[in-house]
Amino acid sequence: MTAVAPAAFQQANIDYLAVLPLLIVFGAALVGVLVEAFVPRERRHTIQLTISVASLVLAFVAILFATKHQGLTFGYTDGATSRRLFALAIDGPALFMQGALVLMGVLGILIMAERFGGVGSDAFTASGASTPGSPIEAASARAGLITSEVFPLTLFAIGGMMLFPTVNDLIGMFIALEVLSLPLYILSGLARRRRLLSQEASLKYFLLGAFSSAFFLFGTALLYGYAGSVYFGDLSKAVSDTSLGLNGLLVAGAFLVFVGLLFKVGAVPFHAWTPDVYQGAPTPVTGFMAACTKAAAFGAILRLAYVGLDTASWQWQNAVIIVAVLTMIVGAVLSVTQTDMKRLLAYSSIAHAGFVLVGVLAFDQRGVSSVLFYVVAYGFSIIAAFGLVTLVRQDGGEATHLSQWAGLGKSHPVIAGTMAFLMLAFAGIPLTSGFVAKFAVFAAAIGTGGATGTVLVVIGAVCSAITVFVYARVIVLMFFSEPADDTVEVLVPSVGTTFAIAIGTLITFALGVVPSSLLDLADRASQFVR
Amino acid sequence: MSEMSSVPWLTLLMVIPLVGSAVVAFLPGSAEQAKRIALGFSLVTLVLGVVAATQYKSGGTAQFQLAEQHAWIPQFGVSYALGVDGIALVLILMSLVLTPVCLLAAWHDVPEDIDGARRTKAYFALLLVLETFMVGVFAATDVFLFYVFFEAMLIPVYFLIGRFGGARRQYAAMKFLLFSLAGGLIMLVAVIALYLQGPGGADGFLIAKLTGLSLDPTTERLLWVGFFIAFAIKAPMVPVHTWLPDAATESTPATATLLVGVLDKVGTFGMIRFCLQLFPNASEWATPLVVVLAVISVLYGALLAIGQTDMMRLIAYTSISHFGFIVLGIFAVTNVAGAGASLYMLNHGFSTAALFLIAAMFIRRRGSKRIPDFGGWQRVTPGIAGAFLIAGLSTLALPGLSSFVSEFLVLVGTFGAHPVAAVLSCTAIILAALYILLWYKRVMTGPKPEGLTGVRDWSLREKWVAAPLIAFFIVIGLYPKPALDVINPAVDKTLSYVHTNAATVAEGSTK
Repeated sequence: MTAVAPAAFQQANIDYLAVLPLLIVFGAALVGVLVEAFVPRERRHTIQLTISVASLVLAFVAILFATKHQGLTFGYTDGATSRRLFALAIDGPALFMQGALVLMGVLGILIMAERFGGVGSDAFTASGASTPGSPIEAASARAGLITSEVFPLTLFAIGGMMLFPTVNDLIGMFIALEVLSLPLYILSGLARRRRLLSQEASLKYFLLGAFSSAFFLFGTALLYGYAGSVYFGDLSKAVSDTSLGLNGLLVAGAFLVFVGLLFKVGAVPFHAWTPDVYQGAPTPVTGFMAACTKAAAFGAILRLAYVGLDTASWQWQNAVIIVAVLTMIVGAVLSVTQTDMKRLLAYSSIAHAGFVLVGVLAFDQRGVSSVLFYVVAYGFSIIAAFGLVTLVRQDGGEATHLSQWAGLGKSHPVIAGTMAFLMLAFAGIPLTSGFVAKFAVFAAAIGTGGATGTVLVVIGAVCSAITVFVYARVIVLMFFSEPADDTVEVLVPSVGTTFAIAIGTLITFALGVVPSSLLDLADRASQFVR
Repeated sequence: MSEMSSVPWLTLLMVIPLVGSAVVAFLPGSAEQAKRIALGFSLVTLVLGVVAATQYKSGGTAQFQLAEQHAWIPQFGVSYALGVDGIALVLILMSLVLTPVCLLAAWHDVPEDIDGARRTKAYFALLLVLETFMVGVFAATDVFLFYVFFEAMLIPVYFLIGRFGGARRQYAAMKFLLFSLAGGLIMLVAVIALYLQGPGGADGFLIAKLTGLSLDPTTERLLWVGFFIAFAIKAPMVPVHTWLPDAATESTPATATLLVGVLDKVGTFGMIRFCLQLFPNASEWATPLVVVLAVISVLYGALLAIGQTDMMRLIAYTSISHFGFIVLGIFAVTNVAGAGASLYMLNHGFSTAALFLIAAMFIRRRGSKRIPDFGGWQRVTPGIAGAFLIAGLSTLALPGLSSFVSEFLVLVGTFGAHPVAAVLSCTAIILAALYILLWYKRVMTGPKPEGLTGVRDWSLREKWVAAPLIAFFIVIGLYPKPALDVINPAVDKTLSYVHTNAATVAEGSTK
């Protein structure tokens, strides 16, 4: 167990084509920082938007090429054991997640870029550092300052998210976790309106996120103590070697690492931040987080559960089963009492995280593919839903209270109709992606989960029935009620936002009617390399 | 097991109303024009349905005819598979006839307010979408596809009740949706588990592949329960019937007709197609409970119907009673009772439609659904009163009208298997006479009401609403053979799965 430092610095062995997507996104983020420094203010927004979208599209193309370069990469030879250790695993699940994240990222950025005729993005404050309501803030708004650094920040976050399901060791996973989280903490605090709420959200997210990172890191240390290595392959081997007998370290370590990851998906009891942050953060950021953070974190959970700790599943799966049950029940029940659209969607996202966990617990390839399908289906729907929330306004600010949505079906049938359709998708009504996704995870759980899986699915079905009430209530408000007052208006979105909402909605419909090609892709991408 | 059709008749029957609804919803034009287009599309569908029915060969060996099959989601084992047996065929034809009738009856349901044509268009478009789903749910021969239609058809109904209904429409729509979806989600678990019990594969959800499985008794019973709860809520049976009176009284008459007359048939249809055919042993195991619930439904529905003052609720309770009869006939598992139950589904669809739509003619004129607000109306609107009497007499199963045939068959077929249940249910015939004739007496007879000037007897449109329904009562009442000829082979076929299975079990037990 005496790990000797490598005698000399070794150059890592890198398959550049395999990691090109990551390089593109991180590179573009760095270029974005330079743009902030050197480009005149009035041109930054357009340039940043162009760079972000172009780099993500380019990254998607690179991902298509990377599929030919699957395998472990970024490796070096361990001096003591002369084994090859690899930091990155470019395999089906990783590339699938990267592709999904990049595409959802494009839609997220398009909605963030919405200006509604102003100079900068409408959702973000002119100067993030100023105290809410202070003269400085007013002055910065008058001076026409804009916060175009949200674009590089978002790119950094996307890069971290792409890295998250790709890394092959615990340290790498921790780095990815931080890279994706830090920009999100900042982005959450940049709302133009209701800034106090936004700053509170940011601080809360940061503090609780720091806690969860600490948990993750402590778990990593314990697991390293157990296995003598942070690489998933070694971890898995060490667990199957029963002669070690350090179960205390293993159980505690696995538990703490899972806490760190479950925090990111908003699983109960690590969910407390979700409603506050979802409500306080600028709505486009909330949509982006709900779709992409969740997808990336589930990718990481899959890798940890199926590659790193697969042989120890009996040690931790009961804990995760409890978490899944709690997540479904708490998310479903608490969403019933919500009166704010963003909080409602936050609790709904908690319930959905519970459904995905049911798929994670299926422990076979179908479980992996169902989770991959679910996060994509859910991601596109939720981005479109939060995109719609940004459009409904009263007195300039977003009208997020449910009562403000009353009668919207009468005054704005297209907006309300789209929202109603997305609600049906969240409820899992057939002919929407939500139904197919739910079916996929439930089928995987019943198929291989045995009696436990069946019980989980029954609980999931009951919770779905509860959430139906929530979504149906929104439809009742929009279509079956008279408007409370007529000062609620719907802004006309720009081409970018319209595109993002339309694509999100179309994908929600298409995955409900002809899901087989994506299911097929998820099936083929469900094999991890070790 | 199914006979492929070269022409995709059933798909056409679904596509045409769907296209119609898109045209109605999105084409500019007046409300009047939209209504005519909607009616036109539904009539074209009806004609096509009749043509398709002529292609159906009664007494073929395959269970399903006019069949189509394409891979849909092979990863889940789902096919887009359609086909009809005799029971499904008559139910589809019933839906196709009732849709134009309802469209015609719904002509003035949406007041022409400030919204202009938009609301009217939405209303008629939703009714056409519903027609698509109604055809689909009866024609699906893939369990998953059936489930998709079963759930998806809730959405148009939800909007039809919630947007166009009465004062408490929000409550009624929500109650309807939650009851139905709760049942549906329980069924979803059973659907998934059923597939895993079957042979699996890319078309493992086909009914043909799931029939005659040798299931472990506990598993079979659990699966049966999963399916049955959903169908019992849909049918609806006591004690999960409470959503129906609310939904029926708060929705427009056309919606109520399609809801009670057609959609609820999916419950009883599902019991035949799924509970009996796929889980014969579990059905046998559960028969005592189901028969008891059915008899309770028969009597309870009838008794409550007598006490109602709201006409729409009254009709809803009569339906609960009639659904009890249908379930009784299904679970008697005799060929006579099965044929009776299937014919009953058809007859109940038409007689309920007649009651709802003709009662709605009075309600519109009087502006009230309450029976005490009426009296002496046969002197005001003698034509409608006469039509109402015929509809009522058909509902109470007067010999010579259609319902008599089916009720008689159900009772005769049940008597051999469950004599007590049959005898108890017979009393409902007397109760039926009470609720119909008391209702008629309170509304129609008595002195001519004061202050009703300018109330006219039925218009030409209303005559066209009533005519096909009354013609049906008389034709099937006097000459039920054509319908029975189509239904009987299908019932025999379905029951043969039950009997084969029972026979193999018996054989196995002697060894």
